[in-house]
Amino acid sequence: MTPLLKVQNIQKLYGKRIGCTDVSFDLYPGEVMGIVGESGSGKSTLLNCLAGHLAPDAGEVMFDTRAEGMKDTVTMSEPERRMLSRTDWAFVHQHARDGLRMNVSAGGNVGERLMAVGARHYGDIRDQAIDWLGRVEIQESRVDDRPTQFSGGMQQRLQIARNLVTGPRLVFMDEPTGGLDVSVQARLLDLLRGLVREMGLSAIIVTHDLAVVRLLADRLMVMKDGHVVETGLTDQVLDDPQHAYTQLLVSSVLQV
Amino acid sequence: MALSGENRPYLDHSMADYNFAYLDEQTKRMIRRAILKGLAIPGYQVPFASREMPMPYGWGTGGVQVTAAALTPDDTLKVIDQGADDTTNAVSIRKFFEKTAGVATTEETGQASVIQTRHRIPEEDLREDQILVYQVPIPEPLRFLEPSEVETRKMHSLEEYGLMHVKLYEDISRHGAIATAYAYPVKVEGRYVMDPSPIPKFDNPKMEMAAIQLFGAGREQRIYAVPPHTQVVSLDFDDYPFEASKADAPCDLCGAEDSYLDEVIMDDAGTRMFVCSDTDYCTGRRKAGHIGAQGTAFEEDAA
Ligand SMILES: Nc1ncnc2c1ncn2[C@@H]1O[C@H](COP(=O)(O)OP(=O)(O)OP(=O)(O)O)[C@@H](O)[C@H]1O
Ligand SMILES: [Mg+2]
Ligand SMILES: [Zn+2]
Repeated sequence: MTPLLKVQNIQKLYGKRIGCTDVSFDLYPGEVMGIVGESGSGKSTLLNCLAGHLAPDAGEVMFDTRAEGMKDTVTMSEPERRMLSRTDWAFVHQHARDGLRMNVSAGGNVGERLMAVGARHYGDIRDQAIDWLGRVEIQESRVDDRPTQFSGGMQQRLQIARNLVTGPRLVFMDEPTGGLDVSVQARLLDLLRGLVREMGLSAIIVTHDLAVVRLLADRLMVMKDGHVVETGLTDQVLDDPQHAYTQLLVSSVLQV
Repeated sequence: MALSGENRPYLDHSMADYNFAYLDEQTKRMIRRAILKGLAIPGYQVPFASREMPMPYGWGTGGVQVTAAALTPDDTLKVIDQGADDTTNAVSIRKFFEKTAGVATTEETGQASVIQTRHRIPEEDLREDQILVYQVPIPEPLRFLEPSEVETRKMHSLEEYGLMHVKLYEDISRHGAIATAYAYPVKVEGRYVMDPSPIPKFDNPKMEMAAIQLFGAGREQRIYAVPPHTQVVSLDFDDYPFEASKADAPCDLCGAEDSYLDEVIMDDAGTRMFVCSDTDYCTGRRKAGHIGAQGTAFEEDAA
């Protein structure tokens, strides 16, 4: 099987400081990869390099495009990359306000990606928006409300609906449950797990919550100081950590 | 060629120091370059170095600079504000060019070679030998939803216009119909999405015209243009098609059924009257003998 994403030797420096370095891995269709590590270990930097938000200083990010097969998203043209990010890719931000239009209704937020790829029938767009609100457990009656009128958990679910409506093949998530109450986190995790399974999504999830990776991730990558120190199947890494740092992490000393 | 001071009969002493049409030749050349670029890329917003004009922003300084750069001594200028030649804004801009350029002016659409407008397109079809100059307050149609200039420029260059439809979507979900009645966004020649300035959407279909259309935004320092006979399509949804609506009534003065109407309140009792917003069009019809429900024959009225 061809990987959906093939990452090779990605490096990003901020001046002399290492953001992340020498990161390589393959992600296969339907696979969920978790990235864990302490604050400042380079998780967001790596994710943003993969999603095309940051230009890496070195390395390749090969993506299995629909039209042309494996293609390096680092060197492809900006229009091409932006087209990917509103069709085949999705990005769920930690702070919903970074991923939502706060002055646009919930329906408009979900409909935007549809309109961006050419949907021009209001009734169809609205029906799909309502359907997706339902799938993330937001009532139809809230379709015309703005996200500012939503709770934090609802905003996050709306952000997920907005991202998934065009049926992306790869979802990037940066701390999707961060900043939420524990009970709200649990519900969101359940929802995410359901969607990932139902849609057969491939995803890369950055978190420093081991509960999140245990629930969602098939494979795990542990980062420290910009380097990957350990990778493997999630259960193996968590139950039998090899690297001293991972052992420390799992023993919950470093858990936040 | 600029006229010398002696040849400009309307010039009073204090204006004698100014160049033809107020702006110096170098500035006009810079503006003409922006206009030519705008015509070459229909609907694209060309940045230009807007100059201080002896009138405040919001009084059409963008349009005035474009007009100044487009005028020649042989031109005949018409200036309208909301369709009328006699409002304060229109009168003061007309006087400004009478003084600084000494050009002939007119209120008759058909007689004008350059027409500067705020908020309307004349009812009478414009010709190939005419130029229509619009005053524009906010040139960026994406501004409503995307405040970042860097991002909107990128959206234009990559033709990412989904956001325009989000705006229309919001309109329908809030009002049950596309409620945008002015500054209704258009796509020019299948490429750039453009703000037509705050004209009523009734005027949108007229933008596919024979005349040259130039748009000037002074505060925002942008010029854009639509060349003659260019395709201009108003954005819409399949199930909510664009409609060039107007008040469903004839003009009470001249009986016109096809012109854009202003609703005028006549007295304290709230008596209303619909009249053409294009005053020259209305007058022309009345001169030709057309009389509306509350109108009188033209000669009588003038007496
Ligand atoms: N814009 C930037 N400019 C300079 N240095 C940066 C920048 N962004 C991140 N860094 C540095 O790069 C390293 C990795 O940061 P990054 O944000 O990727 O970590 P992280 O693992 O996502 O942390 P957190 O868990 O706190 O979100 C850190 O040393 C950080 O200080
Ligand atoms: Mg981070
Ligand atoms: Zn009339």
